[in-house]
Amino acid sequence: MTTSSDKIAIKDFNFYFNEKQVIHNLNLGIPPNKIFAVIGPANSGITTLLRSLNRLCDLSHEARQEGEILLDGRNIRAPDVSVTELRRRVGIVFDVPTPLPMSIFDNVAYGPRLNRKTRGKNKSALSGIAEEALRQAALWDEVKDRLNAPAMSLSGGQQQRLCLARVLALKPEVILLDRPCSGLDPISTAKIEDSLIELKNRFTIVISPHNIQQAGRVSDRIAFMLMGRLIEEGANADVFSNPKDQRTSDYITGRFG
Amino acid sequence: MRKFKEKLSERIFFALALSSISVLALITLFIFIKGVPLIAEVGAFKFIFGMSWAPGRGEFGIFPMIIGSVSVTLGAAVLGIPVGICCSIFMAEFAPVWMRNIFRPAIQLLAGIPSVVYGFWGLLFVVPAIRNYLGGPGLSILAGSVILAIMILPTIISISEVSLLALPRHYKEGALALGMTHWQTIRSVQLPAAKSGIVAAVILGIGRAIGETMAVIMVLGNSVAVPQSVLDPVRTLTTNIGIEMGYASGGHQQALFATGIVLFVIIMALNVSAQYITRRKIK
Amino acid sequence: MKPTKPPPRRFNFRGFKPREIKPQTVEKIVKGFVWSVALMVIAVLISIVVFILYKGLPVINWGFLTEIPRKMGREGGISSAIAGTLLVTAVAVFIAMPFGIGTAFYLAEYTRGNTVTRVIRFSAESLAGIPSIVYGLFGFIFFVMYLNLGWSVLSGGLTLAIMILPTIIRTSEEAIRSVPNTYREVGFSLGGTKWQTIRGAVAPSAVRGIANGVILSVGRSVAETAAVVLTAGSALRMPASLSSPARTMAVHFYILATEGISMENAYGTAAILIILIFFINIVANTLINRFVAKGR
Repeated sequence: MTTSSDKIAIKDFNFYFNEKQVIHNLNLGIPPNKIFAVIGPANSGITTLLRSLNRLCDLSHEARQEGEILLDGRNIRAPDVSVTELRRRVGIVFDVPTPLPMSIFDNVAYGPRLNRKTRGKNKSALSGIAEEALRQAALWDEVKDRLNAPAMSLSGGQQQRLCLARVLALKPEVILLDRPCSGLDPISTAKIEDSLIELKNRFTIVISPHNIQQAGRVSDRIAFMLMGRLIEEGANADVFSNPKDQRTSDYITGRFG
Repeated sequence: MRKFKEKLSERIFFALALSSISVLALITLFIFIKGVPLIAEVGAFKFIFGMSWAPGRGEFGIFPMIIGSVSVTLGAAVLGIPVGICCSIFMAEFAPVWMRNIFRPAIQLLAGIPSVVYGFWGLLFVVPAIRNYLGGPGLSILAGSVILAIMILPTIISISEVSLLALPRHYKEGALALGMTHWQTIRSVQLPAAKSGIVAAVILGIGRAIGETMAVIMVLGNSVAVPQSVLDPVRTLTTNIGIEMGYASGGHQQALFATGIVLFVIIMALNVSAQYITRRKIK
Repeated sequence: MKPTKPPPRRFNFRGFKPREIKPQTVEKIVKGFVWSVALMVIAVLISIVVFILYKGLPVINWGFLTEIPRKMGREGGISSAIAGTLLVTAVAVFIAMPFGIGTAFYLAEYTRGNTVTRVIRFSAESLAGIPSIVYGLFGFIFFVMYLNLGWSVLSGGLTLAIMILPTIIRTSEEAIRSVPNTYREVGFSLGGTKWQTIRGAVAPSAVRGIANGVILSVGRSVAETAAVVLTAGSALRMPASLSSPARTMAVHFYILATEGISMENAYGTAAILIILIFFINIVANTLINRFVAKGR
């Protein structure tokens, strides 16, 4: 299921929390410069999968995994791979807005300031990065006059776009979005979806949409997971109009999940 | 460089943690070195259960003081715990906001007042009141218990209040939505849910009561005898050290360190059981 | 569906029905009781504070604050006791702060549940329960005698540092642990190392709790008597250096009051102590409020 042109290739991947297996023998290729949606009901292992792609799962002592995840053909768990470097290349936006308790500007500048290459840069270079990231996340016009206001003062939708901007400021290659619009109003959701579609030319985007409609709207390819197993994967139109598996069509037509 | 900083920061934190706790070993070591020879000389049984404390004659028995410590602490617990829990319920649930805004800093202030000031206040007000209304010399277990009860209030109130406030709001809302009164909700939902925090608060308060020295020196009367009633004067383990350390030397000083060992062991036993209880709760 | 039978009453002896008090009535009784207990506690507190201030404030004047005690404290002021308190407290806090906060970070962020961490946690919690008089004994035998520092500001400060260490550790650890885990995840997900994440994402949110703990322990140091009298001594002279003996205000109050030297000056000293504690609390609270305002 994976090809050499894939940005991310997942091979024979198994994931356990203690004794409980949450991902079963997954093989999946994620092509570059596309929006790749992973759909499925709760407890399908999707969040675990996304967090495995930038090794955030390492933070849990109970996690154990087998198999390979290749980013540009290199195993992300190889001993010489720097995990911080990996996480800068593979950014993530969580299912709830997670602004840090500092100003809007400091939130966006947080990542670049950690980076050796950009740390030495002066304030104006940093503001350039921040402005670009905020523009890409379609937030600039709303916050440009109050960059020093606390990030917590933004609305939920603005906070989530701030989190997207914070990831973009690192100029990553892959962006993971774990149900990024689950608590948001339709207008904020639309804004985020618009930015994603605009961004996909430059990034590889993996999204776990919070409903099937969103998957239909934004994604190029769709994978359907159930109970930690991959059921079906294919182009957006194929999966929606012509699902190969009965369970996929049941899920898409809303019979369960 | 990043790797190095990463390693270095962890090492530094570890070193700081290690040195912080090595003082416990140091304390144990030095107090035991100083006190154990005397216990060995007198005999552990005679030291702990001996009834006579006469350093001048070389008689070192601390049983009356153990009784003193236990009785004063029990008294403080009996008086202080219910009042403390009441106040924490008041602050977490019943008090209007303006009242809370007065109460909380007041409790903070109560916690900060030096123990000697409490002792002095007790000497001027509590002791005469007991002498006049209940009889006896006034300097008594009861006076010490009252003062200690007031002193452990802030500990009990603040920790219990925090554990009550930390409960998820839906506990209370769920219970109220079932038609319970506010008090029924507190009694049957909130207090049981906050139990581990309240138990911890009580244990900490008791620990503070056993360990207090200066306040009780002033109100206990400090006579070395097994008390017959709560109106009798007593001496506790802590006050024994506090009173005599100033002029003791030689074997006498060693005996005070030995008293410290007994106190230390009692407190450690309390600590270990408290930690055992809270750990089991978590599991 | 069959109608379910009501459960049998527990108390139904020959038609006797216990009189049930209505929950609303219980509510009223309990509320009244809790209110009166709380008001009583407040009344006791106010009576203590007002009494000390009423007796003490008239004694306080410029001379009382700036003059050295004379005739054992019967005359003169308490300037050396004020200096002693400040010096001993400063030594204690400056030494305890790095160790306490460092330990808290280690416990909250680096522990892995192995034996070493269990030992550290156990010791930290045990230290918290040790009575101050035992700290005094230890300070006396270790700092005063064994290290030969004598009765001095340094001995007293070091002893108090050990005494307040658990307070700082506990409150700081609590503050660090209460930082939402998402902050750590965000820090890591943006490519930060552990140290960068702690410094940039965790520590700023924990600062207010840590500061609160430090200020609490300042209060404890100022108020402590038993441990200080055994390690810093009770000399009335103005402490000239860290190695000279000193008398803190709490010790001064104790000696004046229990040896009947001068009740007036005792009240004055106590009043200043209470004002100082009050001031420390105000600083702590404004600090907290400012951080809260800044963080949100």
